[in-house]
Amino acid sequence: MPRNGYFLPIVAVLGYAFLYAPIISLIVYSFNESQLVTVWSGFSTKWYGKLLQDSQILQAAWLSLKIAFTSATLALCLGTLAALVLTRFGKFRIKSLLGGMVTAPLVMPEVITGLSLLLLFIAMESLFGWPKGRGITTLILAHTTFCMAFVAVVVQSRLVRMDESLEEAAQDLGATPLRVFTDVTLPVISPALVSGWLLAFTLSLDDLVISSFVSGPGSTTLPMVIFSKIRLGLNPEVNALATIIISIVALAVFVGGWRAFSVDKKRNAVGAQTE
Amino acid sequence: MNAYLNSIKIALISTIIALLIGYPIAYYIARSSESRRNMLLMLIILPFWTSFLLRVYAWIGFLKSNGLVNNFLLQTGLISQPLVMLQTDFAVYIGIVYNYLPFMILPLYANLVKLDSTLLEAASDLGARPIVTFFTVTLPLSFPGIIAGSMLVLIPAIGEFVIPSLLGGPDTLMIGRVLWDEFFPNRDWPVASALAIVMLVVFVIPIMILRKARGAQIEVH
Repeated sequence: MPRNGYFLPIVAVLGYAFLYAPIISLIVYSFNESQLVTVWSGFSTKWYGKLLQDSQILQAAWLSLKIAFTSATLALCLGTLAALVLTRFGKFRIKSLLGGMVTAPLVMPEVITGLSLLLLFIAMESLFGWPKGRGITTLILAHTTFCMAFVAVVVQSRLVRMDESLEEAAQDLGATPLRVFTDVTLPVISPALVSGWLLAFTLSLDDLVISSFVSGPGSTTLPMVIFSKIRLGLNPEVNALATIIISIVALAVFVGGWRAFSVDKKRNAVGAQTE
Repeated sequence: MNAYLNSIKIALISTIIALLIGYPIAYYIARSSESRRNMLLMLIILPFWTSFLLRVYAWIGFLKSNGLVNNFLLQTGLISQPLVMLQTDFAVYIGIVYNYLPFMILPLYANLVKLDSTLLEAASDLGARPIVTFFTVTLPLSFPGIIAGSMLVLIPAIGEFVIPSLLGGPDTLMIGRVLWDEFFPNRDWPVASALAIVMLVVFVIPIMILRKARGAQIEVH
């Protein structure tokens, strides 16, 4: 292997600093006493107290959590179905078209997705009278739609790598297709299901643009509240909120990463023994 | 029309910057030992899981006229007047590169980590200097990764709304923002829809390239 010299490590360190400096500054200044976010005047946790009394933010956060939970769960079911069709049904006529359509929302700019979903909802309302108006229902439908694409991609990549002979063995032993799915396929792809759900959950929680298009009066999600606040400038309450969100995410990622890592280790240990 | 060209220009420049920053990082991770690799990758993905909006917000604090960067430069005496950085195209470039960097690094990493290191050894055995090896062996082989990463940055960046509206100035015209303004403040839905359709047409080319690059990558492996 050729020597790397100093260039790569230096660029990598600078790169990581670039990624993390803004996040760290957000956290540090959430403990700042002053209303002026970037001028340090002393340590204080008063913005956290303010945040906990801000009913607008709390209500929006609760609504966002409900929507994220529901749409992540729906997206998991639909996305897994889509992934199954795309990997297990062999080659069929419109497969590449379907595959393209499932993954298109991944790169589609959110303004387009949001606008087209809104126009669809309005057309549906005038045709069938459902969904009535815009609110939680349309938010959940919209979030499910774009989260589904992410779930499908995650689950699909796991299904492709899965050893199909396991399923064939179960079938040879007389299991019905449903039992093969619940007893063999599902346990094997369960890590992908978990990460797909988590991805969908965070994406839904974080979405601003699509939500703004399809939400109605009285259904303001957390990102919409944050956006309207930071449009007016820096706000120490938002820093406090950001710190809370970042801590939860960091904790979840580290626990998840650590668990995946220890599972890998176990697997390697088992593999070494059987070899 | 201006908005389209400007969006494409801003997105292209940001993609190139992201590639220049992302490539060495991806290369570094791919060449690290296996145990460090997981850690380094996790650190790349971690910011991606936190809120996009809050990551853009963090840059406001950095770039504003009494923000952290200006305070630092003023105190060290490098400048005597605060630099105007927020509400400029410069801030939009930074915002896009910052937020989309993981999308550039991950496909590049996935490609580079599979690179056969015997090829590099062969090149150096035959007397090629590291830099020559890089340009004649590594770079051409990682081309699918470069294309995939660039498209993953370029396509969403063209239609970006949050970054130009929070970090850009009033004259930073980007198509996502124009569409938003037509739709929300102006309430002109037909114009907004027409803008969206034209934007879709613009996207057909990069999406096709992306699909081809993905197909090529699958074939290689």
